[in-house]
Amino acid sequence: MPEQTVTRPLIVDRHLVEDSWVRHDDETAPAQGPALVPLAVWQAAGRRDDLAPWLSSDTELTPALAAELQEAPLVAIDFPKFTDGRGYSIARLLRERHGYRGQIRAVGDVLIDQLFYMSRCGVNAFSLREDQVVEDALRALHTFSRGYQPGTDDPEPLFRRRMRELAQRRRQPAMA
Amino acid sequence: MYRYDTHDQTLVDERVAQFRDQMRRYLAGRISEEEFLPLRVQNGLYIQRYAPMLRIAIPYGMLASYQLRKLGEIAARYDRGYGHFTTRTNLQLNWPKLEDVPDILADLASVQMHAIQTSGNDIRNTTTDQFSGVAADEEVDPRPWCELIRQWSTFHPEFAYLPRKFKIAVSGAVEDRAAIQVHDVGLRLWRDRDGEVRVKVLAGGGLGRTPMIGEVIHEDLPWQHLLTYLEALVRVYNQFGRRDNKFKARIKILVKALGVDEFRRRVEAEWAHLKDGPQTLTEEAVEAVAEHFVEPPRREVSAEAIDAYERLRGENRAFARFVTNNVTDHKVAGYKAVTLSLKRREHSPGDVTSEQMAAIADLADAFGYGELRVTHEQNLVLTDVPVDRLEELWQKLETLGMANPTVGTLADLICCPGGDYCGLANAKSIPVAHAIQERFEDLDFLYDLGPLELNISGCMNACGHHHVGHIGILGVDKKGEEYYQISLGGSQGNGTSLGKILGPSFFREDVPEVIDKLLQVYVGERTADETFLDTYRRIGLKPFKERVYA
Repeated sequence: MPEQTVTRPLIVDRHLVEDSWVRHDDETAPAQGPALVPLAVWQAAGRRDDLAPWLSSDTELTPALAAELQEAPLVAIDFPKFTDGRGYSIARLLRERHGYRGQIRAVGDVLIDQLFYMSRCGVNAFSLREDQVVEDALRALHTFSRGYQPGTDDPEPLFRRRMRELAQRRRQPAMA
Repeated sequence: MYRYDTHDQTLVDERVAQFRDQMRRYLAGRISEEEFLPLRVQNGLYIQRYAPMLRIAIPYGMLASYQLRKLGEIAARYDRGYGHFTTRTNLQLNWPKLEDVPDILADLASVQMHAIQTSGNDIRNTTTDQFSGVAADEEVDPRPWCELIRQWSTFHPEFAYLPRKFKIAVSGAVEDRAAIQVHDVGLRLWRDRDGEVRVKVLAGGGLGRTPMIGEVIHEDLPWQHLLTYLEALVRVYNQFGRRDNKFKARIKILVKALGVDEFRRRVEAEWAHLKDGPQTLTEEAVEAVAEHFVEPPRREVSAEAIDAYERLRGENRAFARFVTNNVTDHKVAGYKAVTLSLKRREHSPGDVTSEQMAAIADLADAFGYGELRVTHEQNLVLTDVPVDRLEELWQKLETLGMANPTVGTLADLICCPGGDYCGLANAKSIPVAHAIQERFEDLDFLYDLGPLELNISGCMNACGHHHVGHIGILGVDKKGEEYYQISLGGSQGNGTSLGKILGPSFFREDVPEVIDKLLQVYVGERTADETFLDTYRRIGLKPFKERVYA
């Protein structure tokens, strides 16, 4: 029996899409997917194409786990509460350090006003809480046009970009 | 002083637009109270006891005259015509209207200011030495490094929802005036034998409920790695800091629980991946920031002018008192840094009216190359005053009520807003400050007491830094009644120590009398040159305790 009964809007790569994955919190894998299941359930189920893991926010992303996750069709990270910031580090490490190229999906207490930072940390799919306004969420992904720090969206910190722009200006002769 | 380029300006403008939209959705009922909270506090907006409060960031305490003028205008237009300088060198407005805050932020952005991350479980405003750039004992000017940290920490996508708030302080001088030992991270900049900047990194210090002195995590980090190292350190905290209990969520609890060696090991392991990555600083990048903090065009002050100033000090007692207490030596001969005292009985400690802000801005233009510093002792500083203009400045400060020659004395007490404003406070703190200032206003007595730091906090969050006051006063609540606990022997600076509690707490009206008894013990027991702190350290708590509870 799926635990998720109300439809949650899903944004993937800045577009609203249909969601075929159902989240399960049970300790046994459902007979049929596609289902997002707890990490341990996914690990125990072998490599089923119709299962993907969701990671709790206290998951320690060891190199061994990261290697395992490479085979997952997608990796979900649970935000049990929107103020729990551990998922940002997990997403970032998975994307940046371990080079995971599949979908990283935020699930749980996923709200409009946290999406921008999540997206800079490598999350590219957002399973929004049911009450969130999709148009506002899509807009929130464009909140800032640049960042001081590197992110998974842009590996160049602003201080390096400035140096690059300065060098460019120097190369180009001033317009008369 | 750092000036924004189009990147910085674009970012603060986009921040204003973001918050305007969030406020609109909140007022329309589309964001709940609980979900709005972290959004508003990351823009400095609190809902306080009687009204909202807006905490405006003053990055590492540097303020330009045009910014202070604008702050005065904002306080007059949107508030009740005054503001409050805090121990984190920010400025708080106590009575703004909630719905006006986006407009206030837009006004701030017009003068390259903001209220970003002045609250919330994120990296807060970085603080530093108020005399940075002019201190005679400075080894490395911390300001460019503070600006680099400001940029790195602003809108850091990974660290907006840390277990708890995170405060960084930076010092580059022999004497620590930035309290680096009691911050989540304290940085001491120094130079190695080749003249290269190195960073001593401390972590796990802090005041609050469980005061602790920071532990050394790295002795000699090369400057290129400052940001990657900080990123590794905060990432370890973000992942492993406690989130189950807000009173055990600061980094100090993590450092203590893991032990400093294990904490360091985890930071180093994380750093191994980040080291030499894109956030590694380059000489060019540091230079580009350092160019903003140039030496002002100081004229030469003649030997005769310096002599005349010394003569005046000898002749004019009032001027001499002002110089002794409120004037600090400068790295350039003929120049001084002047502290404007915001501690006077007519106002709460750290409070300044809009008119005074405008007048101070004029003074900064006339005497200080248009710049000011805010100190964590809640005063203001003009950093570059030639000695031949000191008398004139002193007279002007007199008329503004800011020449109180009491900086560093008992009258220069630190005090949080307390129960008169703050939603967290257990007790009022301002009336205690006023009562003490009233009782001990005799200048001769204050000078006889010598350097004495008295710090008052209205609750154990310790915004008034009571743990590091030579005398600390903490407001406590017992069954709905306000009481005050007194501690002795705290100190900031190089030999930071935490105060010890004297004993059972007191009624508010008895506090001045208790302070008086403590001072009597000191005066009776001191040897020739001993300060209050020296005497306490020599004789211990007992004689004070016996007198007070006799």
